[in-house]
Amino acid sequence: MSDTAESGATRAERAWDVLATVLDPEVPALSLRDLGIVRDVVDDGAGLEVVLTPTYSGCPATEVISQSVIDALTHAGLGPVRITMQRAPAWTTDWISDDGRRKLREYGIAPPGPVEPGQGVPIRLVGRLSATPVPCPRCGSTNTERLSAFGATACKSLYRCVACREPFEHFKPI
Amino acid sequence: MTASIQIQKTPELQYLLRLGDTCLILGQRLGEWCGHAPVLEEDIALTNMALDLIGQARALLTRAGQLQSPAFDEDQLAFLRDERDYLNPTLVELPNGAGRPGDFALTVLRNLMVATLLKLLWQKLAESSDSELAAIAGKAIKEARYHQQHAADWVVRLGDGTDESHRRSQAALDALWRYTPELFEADAVDEAAAASGLGPRWADVREAWMAEVGDVLAEAGLKPPADSVFRSTGKTGVHTEHMGYILAEMQHLQRAYPGGAW
Repeated sequence: MSDTAESGATRAERAWDVLATVLDPEVPALSLRDLGIVRDVVDDGAGLEVVLTPTYSGCPATEVISQSVIDALTHAGLGPVRITMQRAPAWTTDWISDDGRRKLREYGIAPPGPVEPGQGVPIRLVGRLSATPVPCPRCGSTNTERLSAFGATACKSLYRCVACREPFEHFKPI
Repeated sequence: MTASIQIQKTPELQYLLRLGDTCLILGQRLGEWCGHAPVLEEDIALTNMALDLIGQARALLTRAGQLQSPAFDEDQLAFLRDERDYLNPTLVELPNGAGRPGDFALTVLRNLMVATLLKLLWQKLAESSDSELAAIAGKAIKEARYHQQHAADWVVRLGDGTDESHRRSQAALDALWRYTPELFEADAVDEAAAASGLGPRWADVREAWMAEVGDVLAEAGLKPPADSVFRSTGKTGVHTEHMGYILAEMQHLQRAYPGGAW
């Protein structure tokens, strides 16, 4: 670990600060740290290794995210940087920070509830009414209904608030 | 045109290709719905699921390619194999139904069958002796649960819907059912995987599959037809005529412009 004279922070610590400013391209209300996809930052002397985890197997933003991490850290003078993708343990929405959940709500996206162990087994035939109510991020009412299980991105579903009549997105627990 | 790659069909490779090709080919079929689904929300849902499946296929084919000597990358395995070297069960290569983009009832019913199969396999593969395969499974199981839930909702809605939606759902079930025994056929590839701890025999999940799919069909008011002696053979590389058309569409660009990238 090479301490920098000016701030006293290590290169890895400064990298963590920078990563708090790199936004998720699909949900730009959240930084990569809010999202919980940065697993580790390792300073091996020659450079930084940033260990990221994918949110979904087919998430098309994965490559963009890797590139924006490299760009941001290089721009901050912390390069060279290399990215390692690590799948296990699998990312879960439980890793989204409390601050991230607040930001999602303010952005108009209902944050995910806790992931239930063994969810979906056996299959629950619940139709449009969710078993666990999703509160409207605008008015807070739990009188909401699901319009579609899949939204504009793999991580979200579409809802409508019956109370205030506004449509909104819900970040699916996974 | 780029020549095909020659793979060495070890049991381990065949086991991984069966999984990877199942995801790859169903992902391709679901992609055909892009811009054509009955409602916008379903267009988005089907292509979201296609994206998950293709992501899973990429991970599985990457792993499979690492086990070959010389090694192959995911693109070589996806685009440069000959038809007989694709090892997906026939069920996933069947068209989405008559015409294009096909029949929505058949599409959601097949999604239920395949998502249930994959979910049950991922559960066991999460304990694989191959740590990379276990990691892929740990991620994919979360996605498969959503796919299964979504497909089950639709099968019930259509099966237990109008006379017309029920009729078409039952016709789809009658057409697809004969391709399901192949999923659970035992053979040396599965035995080797079970012995080495790589993964379960697909036959090991048959009972759970029957129970879960059966519950949804019962709720939907749909009845599987009588068992048939017919056996499809996609998992051994012997495909229907439909496979060639899918591969022509998938492979054309890589064959015509070798190594082309986005």
